[in-house]
Parts: sequence; structure tokens; C-alpha cells
Amino acid sequence: METIKALKEKQFSEQELNRSYLERINKLNPTLNAYLTVCEDVKGIPAGIKDIICTQNIKTTAGSKILSNFLPQYNATVIDKLSKQNIGIIGKTNLDEFAMGSSGENSAFGPTKNPWDLSKVPGGSSSGSAVAVSADLCTFALGTDTGGSIRQPASLCGVVGLKPSYGRVSRYGAIAMASSLDQIGPLTKSVADAGLVLEWISGGDGYDSNCKEIASPLCGFAMTSLRGVLATKQSIKGLKVGVPKEYFAASAGRQGKGLNKGVEKVIKEAILKLEELGAEIIEISLPHTEYAVAAYYLIMASEVSSNLARFDGIRFGQNRDHFGAEAKRRIMFGTFTLSSGYYEDYYVKAAKVRTLIKQDFHKAFNSASPASGGTSGVDVIVGPVSPTVAWSIGDKINDPLTMYLSDIYTISANLAGLPVLSIPCGFYDNLPVGLQITGKQWDEKTILSVGEIYESATGWHKHKPKLV
Amino acid sequence: MKLRTDQVKHVAKLANLPLTLKEGKKYSQQLSEILDYAKKLDKVNVEHIRPTFNVTDNKNVLAEDICQSSLTQKEALSSAPQKKNSMFVTKVMFEK
Repeated sequence: METIKALKEKQFSEQELNRSYLERINKLNPTLNAYLTVCEDVKGIPAGIKDIICTQNIKTTAGSKILSNFLPQYNATVIDKLSKQNIGIIGKTNLDEFAMGSSGENSAFGPTKNPWDLSKVPGGSSSGSAVAVSADLCTFALGTDTGGSIRQPASLCGVVGLKPSYGRVSRYGAIAMASSLDQIGPLTKSVADAGLVLEWISGGDGYDSNCKEIASPLCGFAMTSLRGVLATKQSIKGLKVGVPKEYFAASAGRQGKGLNKGVEKVIKEAILKLEELGAEIIEISLPHTEYAVAAYYLIMASEVSSNLARFDGIRFGQNRDHFGAEAKRRIMFGTFTLSSGYYEDYYVKAAKVRTLIKQDFHKAFNSASPASGGTSGVDVIVGPVSPTVAWSIGDKINDPLTMYLSDIYTISANLAGLPVLSIPCGFYDNLPVGLQITGKQWDEKTILSVGEIYESATGWHKHKPKLV
Repeated sequence: MKLRTDQVKHVAKLANLPLTLKEGKKYSQQLSEILDYAKKLDKVNVEHIRPTFNVTDNKNVLAEDICQSSLTQKEALSSAPQKKNSMFVTKVMFEK
């Protein structure tokens, strides 16, 4: 938003803007590996686009050797929508191969590094997008989120990440991972920017049958932010903020590791801050939380095995032996769970658990019940994004199951199709921590309002990594 | 649930994924671990619960049956590793 204002006021020209960003990319990208392709001829306000989103005649690899030289013949809908707003593509950002991963280490083109500590992972799968925003290598970026892939890297890199409600943004042109879970969304330097980009990219196009033309509830939000009439006019007094007790229970997870104590402290402080700003904090229950990871991996891998069948090396791309290990693993897993004799016990069972998870959220948001803490329903639900801060590159790569468990807080919202915002809320061990704010389906307006009020009151988003 | 090597081979064939012997052993172990974890779902009572395959309420989203322009033949063939006479070259499906 500041950039739009500055350009209007002629503080600098678009060419100067892009030259400045390109210089910074040339200096820092060799170390960070955030961009796989850089577009030196960029025009307009520069954005980084996750390399799983098709950009006409700009190489799109999905982080995989299979598509190492693939040139899409059309733009994804979100790209066309952005270009109508004078947004240009400054580069395609690195990612875990076919969006499969939570660390950025599964890219066929080398891992991306966390700008806060180069020995640490940036999170994934939108690793490059999060780093590009964090290190000021673009004004904002687009990512995709199937199980947390926008929110988790945003959290680990100290930027804002938004997963819209499923069906808000058209998936046309996003290389499909799990079709009932995928959503494209923004990674930005502020909540207001996330709201603005969401306005730009939302809406049906006739190609994604799950994305209809939904009346934008954001008009008021984005416009008041642009005019600078901010949080002073809005308040969260009386807003009911639900905190799921299951998110803070000592986890019975693998190796007994649950929510890191340092992260827990930062999150609890953030929740206290919301209370200080006028919110009513209510303990709620989402009883099927512990089954979310298992249900997610079964559903996601099944859909992945189907979607990735198109990579046959005949119409485009290389042969299937060019898939990386994680992609092969998930295709195999999904093929097994959909196969005859196992389909009912695995895929359908997981889809039924998905219904229960969706119902958990519905009860917390809508009914007078123990689930909603005895109230008539909460307005938003908050919690951690990631159980830990960024870990060292190489730590989890040989243990897929431990890697999967790092998605524990983000996954449920994908299963339920709800909108979720991840915002910077502090540091532990000098590494960023993100707060997750989940809203009712289609209620991006409330989560963005809460996010912006918290952001204005704390300024965490203004912290930047110290880079050369 | 322990996946035997022959089961892994069968799945690899269904998935059209060429696997080496070493990969077969590695995936057999990793997939077995993941399946064991997935067994957690057996503890959930899903009686009378309908599965969710789509989280929107959309049903029967239809489009008018009208002609619209699409990719040109040249564009559609532009990424093909092998092409001949403006067509994709693929493996033989039927033997004479």
C-alpha cells in the first residue's frame, strides 16, 4: 500500500522501484535461493509468484525436475487479475516440489534459506514466497496453501500469510495438488496488504467450479485502509476469541514432542494482548484435533496421486522417474489408500473424520455448547501456526512422519475450508513466531480486522532480518 | 500395518512409478510407518457420518454448451517431448 501511495506521490518511478528490487535480488538471491526465475523486464509493481502458478511464457517448474523447462501457454486467473491492477511478476519463487513439504528442502533446485538465520529452514511449501517478502525482494508474493503452505512459512519468516476460504479464489492455473484443499493466497508485509491483494485475486472465472462470484465483503476493509483510516475506527471490544484447549495440551505426539514451550509463551502473550485490546478470550474445544493430521494426509495423498497422474511425459514434462522422493512417497501412499480393498477403510474413513472436524468448527462458531465454551459461538479462533520456530536444514528431512506433524495447527482449517490469517507476534530464540487467526467460512473481513488491530498495537511486522 | 515388498511393487505399478530395489525397501518401511499412524482414525466413531468430499455447497455447477476459443494446436503441442504431423507421439497401446 505504501508503494502505491509513493508512486502516486511521485516519490520514485516504477522503473526505479523495479531496478531497486532487482539489484537487491541479484545481491541476495544467490544466498537465499528464494527465486528460481527472475524477470529482469518486469513492469508494474513487482510481486513474487510461487512457481506452481502458471505464468504465460515464463518458466514454471513446480519445484520439480519433471517441469524443469516447462513454459505455460496461458496465465493462471490470479495472474490476469493482478496484471489488471498494474502488478508485474519480478520472479517465480522456490517451493517444495509440487507443494509437498513443510520446509523448502524438497525443491529439486536446492533449498531456500531462512533470512533470519541462514542455517534454518524457511518453512514450506511456499518457502521462496515467504523469504522474498521477508527479505524485501518484492512488494508481496503469492503462494498456495493446502495444509498450511502459506501460513507456516509466513510464520517461520515473520511475514503475514493468508489462506482464503476454500472457494474464494480461483484455482485455475495453479498446478493442482489436492483439489478439495488447495487455495491461492497472499504473503505480505502487512495485514492491510493481504486484504488488498485478496480483493484483487478473488472471484470466479468459469473455470474453477468451486469458486463462484461471491460478493466481496472486503470493500469496506480495503478502502478504509487505503485512505489511512485505520484501527482507530475499528475495535475488537467484545469480540469473542476462542482458544482451543487441545492446541495447548501436552501433545501425545511422536517422541512426546508437542508445542515448544518458548513458542507457547509468545502465543499466550499475543492472546493476552488481544484481551488487553478488548477481546473476550474463551476456552473452546475442537475435540477431533488429534485426528486432523492423519485425516489430512490420507485425503491429500489420495487426491495428489490422482492429480499427478497427468505428468506422463507425453504432452509436456519429463518421465515419471524424475519425481523427487517426497512426491513419489505421497503418490504411492495415495495410490494405496484409493486402491481396491482399502478405499473404504482409508480414504472414505478420512472423509468422514473430515466431516467431524468441520462440525467441530461449526459448533465452536455457531452454537451454545461446551464446544463454544458455553457461549453462543465465538467470532474467531486463535492459536499457534507452528509447534516450533524454524529448525535447522537437514534436521527432519529423513523422517517424513516428524515433518508431517509440524502441520498440526494449520491442517484443520484446510479440511474445513475456513479462512485463516498468520501474523507475526513475536520471537523465540531470535526466530519469528506467528499467531494464527481462523474465521468462519467467507469471514475474511473479521480475521483481517483482528489482525490489523493487533498489528497496529504491536508493530511486530515491522521487524526485518539483518541481511547484508 | 506392514507393507510387504510385493505390495509396494503392486502399488508402484498402479501409480506408474518406476522404483529401484533400494527405493522399494525404503518406501516399504516409510509407508508402513505412515499407515500405522493413519490407523489412529480407527478410534473415531464415524457411524452415521457422511463423508465430506467438498467443503463448499456447490452442486451441479454447469456451463452453457457453447463454442469458445482455446489453445491453438501449436500452443498445445509446444511442450511435447515428441510430436509428429501436429500430433503427440505416445506409446503403442494395441499390438497388431
